[in-house]
Amino acid sequence: MSTAELEVRGLTKHFRAGNALFARSRVHAVDDVSFTLRPGTITALVGESGSGKSTIARLLVRLYDPTSGRIVFAGGDAAAARRRRDVLRYRSQVQMIFQDPFGSLNPAKTVRHHVARPLRIHGVVPRDRVEARVHELLETVGLVPPEKIAAKYPHELSGGQRQRVAIARALAVEPSVLVADEPISMLDVSIRLGILNLMLELKQERRLAFLYVTHDLASARYVADEVLVMYAGQIVEQGPTERVLGEPLHPYTRLLLESVPDPSRAERPEIEVRKGLASAAVDPPEGCRFVARCPLAIGVCSRVTPLLQEARAGRRARCHVTAPSSATREDRHVELAS
Amino acid sequence: MIATALVPEERVQREPEPLLEARGLTVEYATREQPVRAVDGVDLAIRPGEVLGLAGESGCGKSTVANALMQVLRPPARVSGGSILFRGEDLTGRSREELRRFRWRNVSMVFQSAMNALNPVMRVGDQFVDMMRAHERVSKQHALRRAAELLDVVGIDKRRVRAYPHELSGGMRQRVIIAMALALNPELVIMDEPTTALDVVVQREILQQVRELQRDLGFAVLFITHDLCLLVEFAHRIAIMYAGEIVEEAPAAEIHRDPRHPYTIGLMQSFPPLHGPIVRMTGIPGAPPDLAAPPRGCRFHPRCPRCTPDDAPLYARQTTERPVLREVSPGHRVACHLVEAGRR
Repeated sequence: MSTAELEVRGLTKHFRAGNALFARSRVHAVDDVSFTLRPGTITALVGESGSGKSTIARLLVRLYDPTSGRIVFAGGDAAAARRRRDVLRYRSQVQMIFQDPFGSLNPAKTVRHHVARPLRIHGVVPRDRVEARVHELLETVGLVPPEKIAAKYPHELSGGQRQRVAIARALAVEPSVLVADEPISMLDVSIRLGILNLMLELKQERRLAFLYVTHDLASARYVADEVLVMYAGQIVEQGPTERVLGEPLHPYTRLLLESVPDPSRAERPEIEVRKGLASAAVDPPEGCRFVARCPLAIGVCSRVTPLLQEARAGRRARCHVTAPSSATREDRHVELAS
Repeated sequence: MIATALVPEERVQREPEPLLEARGLTVEYATREQPVRAVDGVDLAIRPGEVLGLAGESGCGKSTVANALMQVLRPPARVSGGSILFRGEDLTGRSREELRRFRWRNVSMVFQSAMNALNPVMRVGDQFVDMMRAHERVSKQHALRRAAELLDVVGIDKRRVRAYPHELSGGMRQRVIIAMALALNPELVIMDEPTTALDVVVQREILQQVRELQRDLGFAVLFITHDLCLLVEFAHRIAIMYAGEIVEEAPAAEIHRDPRHPYTIGLMQSFPPLHGPIVRMTGIPGAPPDLAAPPRGCRFHPRCPRCTPDDAPLYARQTTERPVLREVSPGHRVACHLVEAGRR
């Protein structure tokens, strides 16, 4: 099994909104996003709905074509691949697990069918080895006894078991990257940890590179080595999970953390309630996209778009106040002086 | 000594007459085979002005309890046993008209997907007017004024009374529903996963507002969710449901500090923490049972880490005898053979 890095550079996806007759607006779903997925690490991509995190997941497995940017993998640019054969070869290396384990399996087919199909299509093992391999894969994801599970239909399985089948199917083609889009959010609370623990095992034993897309910060802290925080199509903070969630730099990361229910917290921080705002990703003007909700905003924030700046070793944030660039520092001096 | 003597009196003061009470509530779903008991002998009391949390996994019967309390169960579900008392009067067997007047005015309800229940071709304000005039003799102008006031209270611009639902975000539509649920000053609002479909920041904003309103206006809340962490912060008291039964009930802080039922303990340990060391956690093994054939004895026993044949007499009780809720300390009730036997 290869263990290649996947490098995303300047990935951008714009969607058109509105209809053909009236003025169109552009939704900057993903704007100039860069990160690297390394073998044996889990990278969490967190943010609220509409922040663009699922769009990134879909771009990575080439369900969408990017507007611009590169996906560098195994020496080539997967974002530029157009020939079906090249796309398929890339997809066999970068697999996806979806949120809904009820919708992603065919109700009329057995578990065996779902796991054996990619083995046959991609010719991973000789025909006479398929059945044995299906059993191995089911055991890997903790579905035992595999002989019994293989004969079952999706409706005979619990949500957690179905999600395990989806993972076994993704593993069948021996990928080096797994993109998991909210894999536990539809599962019962008591079985979520089982799936997260399975991800940790796969990361360690198979050296897989994971992109874990989630809105659940606590689960990100539990599994991820690195975290990317998205807001309105942009990465606003990135770095080692423990540091980012322990001492967040970006005001949005702070807001997210304060909003999560946390029984161990002695006092509940009051958060400022905003009156309904439109999405900051639609035709964004120059300036910080978080400015309307930001408690720290200063004049420059609504004039100049902040860059993702290295603020401390290994940590980057997109904020004029907490991670100022040298240019904005000057700007701030002018502002304070006048 | 003096302190122990005072406890009963204190409790009388702390526990006023319940507003809404379920006694031995049992709900069955008719199927082609045996009826399935989704709710089996639930006792639950909501006192005026309190926030009672009801937590459990999907299929445990928590939403069915809510629907039964509101008397909105539809076939094949029906209340097959027990009673539902509102201020001491039984609601079961009331006429449709009596129940219609009772809903919204005395008890209102907010569902998880309530934001999709708004009529898409009617302005938000007009939907308030319709609802209010179905229950009270008020003028249209008065109802619209009240609608604008309520929108302001839940953090939406007053001018949005003229908006159509599609012009509002999901979080705003859910706020509209909450505002509507408060329009007739009900004594109790039942909220069934009201913020589950929403983002965590929006969820926090809405809950903060509901709590403020609840303090100011004094209504009680029955809050139903799978998110026990959220309840520990939001509720005064928490009841934990498993496979159609209540297995533990205690003040919220106590559920967090000292959960006693192995299911509650497992549930509390299913949420990775946001602070402190990261340790490997296991959740709860297995899956909730099929209610068409629930396990004999304690319904949790097949998943219970504390149910092993090592202790033969205890094991026999766990696997054959249904545990009942017993008080372990004032206001803290647990249905568990292990706890009853005094084991920790």
